[in-house]
Amino acid sequence: MAVRSEINKQDGAPELRARARLLYVILILALLGLTARLAFLQIIQGERYTFLSENNRVRIKRIPGTRGMVLDRQGQLLIDSRPSFDLLFVPEDSEEPEKTLQLLARYLGREEQELLTVLEENKKRPAFEELVLGRDVDWSTVVAVEAHQLDLPGVTLRARPRRSYAQGPVSAHVLGYMGEIGLRQLKVLKDQGYVLGDEIGQYGLERRWEEILRGQSGGQQVEVDALGRRVRVLHEVPDVPGYTIHLTVDRELQETAFEALKGKEGTIVALDVNSGAILAMVSTPAFDPNVFARGIKAEEWRDLIKDRLRPLNNRATQGQYPPGSTFKIIMAIAGLEEGVLQPEARIFDPGYYYFGNRAFRDWKKEGHGSVDLHKAIVQSCDVYFYQLGPRIGVDRIAKWARAFGLGEKSGIALDDERSGTVPDSDWKRKKYRQPWYPGETVSIAIGQGYLTVTPLQLANMMAAVANGGTLYRPRIVNKVESVDGATVREYGPEKIRTIELKPTTLERIHEALADVVKEAGGTGGAARSTLVEIAGKTGTAQVVEMKGGYVKTEQLAYFNRDHAWFVSYAPVQNPQIAVVVLVEHGGHGGDAAAPLAKKVIEKYIAIQNRPAGAQQVRAEGENRAN
Amino acid sequence: MQIDRRLISHFDWTLFLLMLTFVFIGVVTIYSANYNISEQHAGGLPSRQLIWLGLGLIAMCTAIAFDYHHIDRIAYPFYGAILILLILVLVIGHSGGGSQRWINLGFFRLQPSEPAKIAIVLMMAKYLQDDEPARGYRLRDIWVPFVLVGPLVLLTLVQPDLGTAIILGIVFLSMLLIGGLRLRSFLYLLGTGLALLPVAWHFLKSYQRARILTFLDPDRDPLGAGYHVIQSKIAIGSGRLFGKGYLHGTQNRLDFLPAQHTDFIFAVFSEEWGFVGCLVLLLLYVIMIAYCLRLMQRAKDRFGGLLVFGMVAIFFWHVVINVAMVSGIMPVVGVPLPMVSYGGSALASMMFAIGVMINVSMRRYIF
Repeated sequence: MAVRSEINKQDGAPELRARARLLYVILILALLGLTARLAFLQIIQGERYTFLSENNRVRIKRIPGTRGMVLDRQGQLLIDSRPSFDLLFVPEDSEEPEKTLQLLARYLGREEQELLTVLEENKKRPAFEELVLGRDVDWSTVVAVEAHQLDLPGVTLRARPRRSYAQGPVSAHVLGYMGEIGLRQLKVLKDQGYVLGDEIGQYGLERRWEEILRGQSGGQQVEVDALGRRVRVLHEVPDVPGYTIHLTVDRELQETAFEALKGKEGTIVALDVNSGAILAMVSTPAFDPNVFARGIKAEEWRDLIKDRLRPLNNRATQGQYPPGSTFKIIMAIAGLEEGVLQPEARIFDPGYYYFGNRAFRDWKKEGHGSVDLHKAIVQSCDVYFYQLGPRIGVDRIAKWARAFGLGEKSGIALDDERSGTVPDSDWKRKKYRQPWYPGETVSIAIGQGYLTVTPLQLANMMAAVANGGTLYRPRIVNKVESVDGATVREYGPEKIRTIELKPTTLERIHEALADVVKEAGGTGGAARSTLVEIAGKTGTAQVVEMKGGYVKTEQLAYFNRDHAWFVSYAPVQNPQIAVVVLVEHGGHGGDAAAPLAKKVIEKYIAIQNRPAGAQQVRAEGENRAN
Repeated sequence: MQIDRRLISHFDWTLFLLMLTFVFIGVVTIYSANYNISEQHAGGLPSRQLIWLGLGLIAMCTAIAFDYHHIDRIAYPFYGAILILLILVLVIGHSGGGSQRWINLGFFRLQPSEPAKIAIVLMMAKYLQDDEPARGYRLRDIWVPFVLVGPLVLLTLVQPDLGTAIILGIVFLSMLLIGGLRLRSFLYLLGTGLALLPVAWHFLKSYQRARILTFLDPDRDPLGAGYHVIQSKIAIGSGRLFGKGYLHGTQNRLDFLPAQHTDFIFAVFSEEWGFVGCLVLLLLYVIMIAYCLRLMQRAKDRFGGLLVFGMVAIFFWHVVINVAMVSGIMPVVGVPLPMVSYGGSALASMMFAIGVMINVSMRRYIF
């Protein structure tokens, strides 16, 4: 290329050269400014930003431990527990939520509209709150979502152990229910690794045995990208499943008891008389713990706690009722053991008993005529025990009642058990600052007055009567097992005390209780069974005191009607099971309660005699013998 | 055509090698920005940037091939061509990311606002090449460049591309100042500009307003407009002194960074190379700019000096605005890091600018 001389008019441009000097200064200033900024970010605040970047990319994903299963005494499932997944969606994490949902619908083979409706319905929810597209989704959904994770921004799976209660409401009060951990609970339990949103046992076995059932949460340290999608797992701590609990309770017996109480309020408790193992414990009305497992709605909860029939109450351990005539068993034992009572001595019952200037009526208007101890128990003669009461005295009555476990908590491994009340003169002085009036002993003698018991206590009393005086602690758990089947803990019979009783006392009581059911004129005739010989005692607990004449149950307002009791054991020879039935406002024990006890006992005998079931029980028996 | 032997012996290898260094840093960083962890390799961006490098070499050679004095002749036609292209962008342009900036040429999407930067420098050098008045230019003396530059800036603004519009305006002003605009006139201009800011605010798109508000208060909307700046600052800051290591920048790798291979590539670089790496990169830019300023001082004539200055101004403002924006001391406006950010039009334009400077450099010995 040729060089043209006309362009060569001057040697450079001096004015530019001068200005350029200023430009160097500007350049250096710019360098210093930017360097200072970078030094501030990278050196002075470097640590903070490093923390932020770690936080940005690493999420801790908690995987709650699968809760332990609960089985009945024959190994049948009562509570199943398995990991489940909820399908969640955070629309904010997706650039095109509709498109993402359409894609998801395609992967899952679900209707697009169905998913889009969820989005539509929740338009006003707070930003970044997750939408639940499906609870407890099936395995193919989990696989599909995991596989297409990168195409589905905002779609996540949340692992959640799910409880399912095989029998629904049948064993509700024994098993209890789960619920989200409360703020106050969290404060106390934070050290044990609970976090907000955790499910925790709130009632029954679920609550009392929480520690055993719970297991340990595992977790993943997951590296996520800007859309929260999992890129890889950095660390993983496997979760540890909870222990399996084998109950003493029999699933089939529970069903029979529950069925028997259908439409009634009440409770049935059945105990193994030789070990204190609870074979059945049912309370009605009940609730369905599955409702809690899927997340109870506010109105459902409100309905439950406002219900006048108190379905959340375990009547077996938390209900306190006057024992009524069932208490005559204690009266008879106390009389015989204290030597106050001559069993053959007869008194005349005209239908009433005067103490001081007050008349105490017998339940039978015309009276039982000439009565000895046997007849008094079999026909439940009130007047016989009225006159016996003051002769024994309240303090000695209380002593014997307490010996059989009344007035104290049985110590069953369920929360909120009540103790009932066994009054004596000390008790009255402390509570009312008044002396005990002998007239009050007359009421106690037929199980009324200040005296209250829980159905469980009566069942345990009955078991002790049946087995000849050994009071066992009632228990519901046989065995705790780890997932691989190894026994972690085993629970055998635990004696509370042995009650020293004369053989003749036991003999008389056993005979009388058998005749209550067997003998013509016995109050418990409704419990007579062709399968097995049953011994028992009826009771009718007054809710309101009758001042006037005799009133038929049907004529009373429902909540004023008497409670019906039946306490029993069977077989009469070599007793195995004690059953207590309470039907609230059921009227007479002989009519309302005795037939229910019979059903449960007959079912128990049937289970025992069944080849398969029998085999299992025999195996257990062998263990015990060894 | 005969090539003067002296031209080859006077070829400015320093500038050429500096340029290659930046492109190399760029490709390496683009590789990281484009890296896919699960597949263990980068996508197609680094190799495409190498293709753009080839394209840029052609542009550079073109700029070197003829005596820079002939640029005088092509300045206005080049301007006209760019103006037409910018209008075409509005009519048949290709949209992406909410703005319409490209013309699709099949194998290549041309972004005319990039060569527009060059067009302004060429035009201004031509206009200002004669000796300036003794007391400098008054505004009324130089109304013509305003009329010529105005449409370019406006057409870029409506795309909308605030970053490029700012670069065009600021390069234009730099040229005016170096070319001899009276200081007083400049202050008039500045005053008028400030007075017009509220009007300009009115014309800004809502996302541009959000960016400026976000700059003033980054926590205003941490998941929306503020997200980019916050993530970018986290990336830079977490690089600390020596960085997380090449391909180990988590902010980058996990897509927390926006536009990681283009405007925010400096954040990717900072995260992986740390303060030391940043300092080296900035020093390289300073060395190149200082070298070019010296070239400007030693240019044979005023036209050559102005050309070099204009090109240096482009580099300088890009670096300052880009680093300031990515490190959060300026609102986010889309300005690439010259020769390092991914982008064909930008790289080719920058290499053309380098070519012009080499041209001036090697012809300063020729009389």
